[in-house]
Amino acid sequence: MKPAPFDWHAPATLAEALALKAHHGDAARFLAGGQSLVPAMNFRVSQPAMLVDLNRVAGLDGIAWDADGTLSIGAMTRYRSIERDAAIAARQPLLIEALAEVAHPQIRTRGTLGGNLAHADPASEMPAVMLALGARFRLASSSGGREVAAADFFIAPLTTVLAEDEMLAEIRIPPLPSRSGTAFLEVARRRGDYAMLGVAVVVVRDVAGGCREARLAFLSAGPTPVLAPRAAALLRGTALDKKSIADAATMAQQEVEPMGSVQANPGYQRHLAGVLARRALSIAAARSLA
Amino acid sequence: MSQRIAITLNVNGTAYRREVEPRLLLTDFLRHEIGLTGTHVGCEHGVCGACTILWDAAPARACLIFAVQAEGHAIHTVEGLAPAPDQLNPLQQAFQDTHALQCGYCTPGILMTMTAFLAENPAPTEHQVRDALSGNLCRCTGYQHIVDAVLLAAERAR
Repeated sequence: MKPAPFDWHAPATLAEALALKAHHGDAARFLAGGQSLVPAMNFRVSQPAMLVDLNRVAGLDGIAWDADGTLSIGAMTRYRSIERDAAIAARQPLLIEALAEVAHPQIRTRGTLGGNLAHADPASEMPAVMLALGARFRLASSSGGREVAAADFFIAPLTTVLAEDEMLAEIRIPPLPSRSGTAFLEVARRRGDYAMLGVAVVVVRDVAGGCREARLAFLSAGPTPVLAPRAAALLRGTALDKKSIADAATMAQQEVEPMGSVQANPGYQRHLAGVLARRALSIAAARSLA
Repeated sequence: MSQRIAITLNVNGTAYRREVEPRLLLTDFLRHEIGLTGTHVGCEHGVCGACTILWDAAPARACLIFAVQAEGHAIHTVEGLAPAPDQLNPLQQAFQDTHALQCGYCTPGILMTMTAFLAENPAPTEHQVRDALSGNLCRCTGYQHIVDAVLLAAERAR
């Protein structure tokens, strides 16, 4: 199991990296943390003629907060840095709770948030978390840039809206409103394995304690991370009581599109969607009161 | 003709200069280019943990890194743990004392994972040790004695 030969370029600037990708198109792949691409290359499932290694590009990593509370995370920021960031733990706890389920510490040392999102594995945790948080992605190319909502970014397994000359450069996560609660749950056969199903939820209460906003995003539940807008609509205006949460969880079971795997058939995944949605919503509802 | 690149890697504090293809994995650099065969190759896709090394003091899979990427980083392998050829370091000694290995194939990766873990968590709970161990597969021991060894090493260090 050795990768096929390739040419390796490790530019120092974003402009050089984008110019190389624009010139070589699909023959070149960006190499971020390599925790998904390199296994695929070791198996020769992926045989890019060229790697544009982003690990030496200055300014692609980093964690910053705008004045309005928006969190910006550079695409090359390692999971290890994110999970050790006290401000993120305090202000965006859903990220930290979900990161604990992403593979193992050894993988999180190298793995990057941007690389993971661009890989677009529907069984991966972070794409669902980004949908739940309403994140936006800044895409860069040598001819300019654009911003897309996380909900519009993922279009099929391992497929995104990224054009062949584009890079996911930055992740922008809006602040959680006051009286928010979040929760992340998944079921996997072993710690660190891909989940058979998982869910990230956000609930926001109004001043009277009623549900003003809710978002549920599932992983391993379809060809992309899957939002459950009808379940969220059922929650709005309720007291986030036991019955409302149970009704929303039942609705969410209808909204997921599980495809089955060797570990779980679609029926079991749908069952998990209901159970995990109910539990996660209950946890988030309690946290939104804290 | 495939590209060849001259690199100098810092492994266990020693600089090694070699000319390599970009596709050479760090595992194979360590084992075949500089003869440090303590880093084992199991699955070669990041699952088993046998190739775990320290990359700037953090545990990482050497099978998922190309050797050309490692220039400028401090690499530590199992060969760097023992203070002298006939001595074990405290973690290795605890592994021997609790019978934490049988065939030994997974041991170097686990030692490197736990070296980094204990540096950050000098007084871990059993649950924390088991969680930290989740990224390393062992097919012999059932893990119990490995957990005992890590807890013993932590206790002796106090």
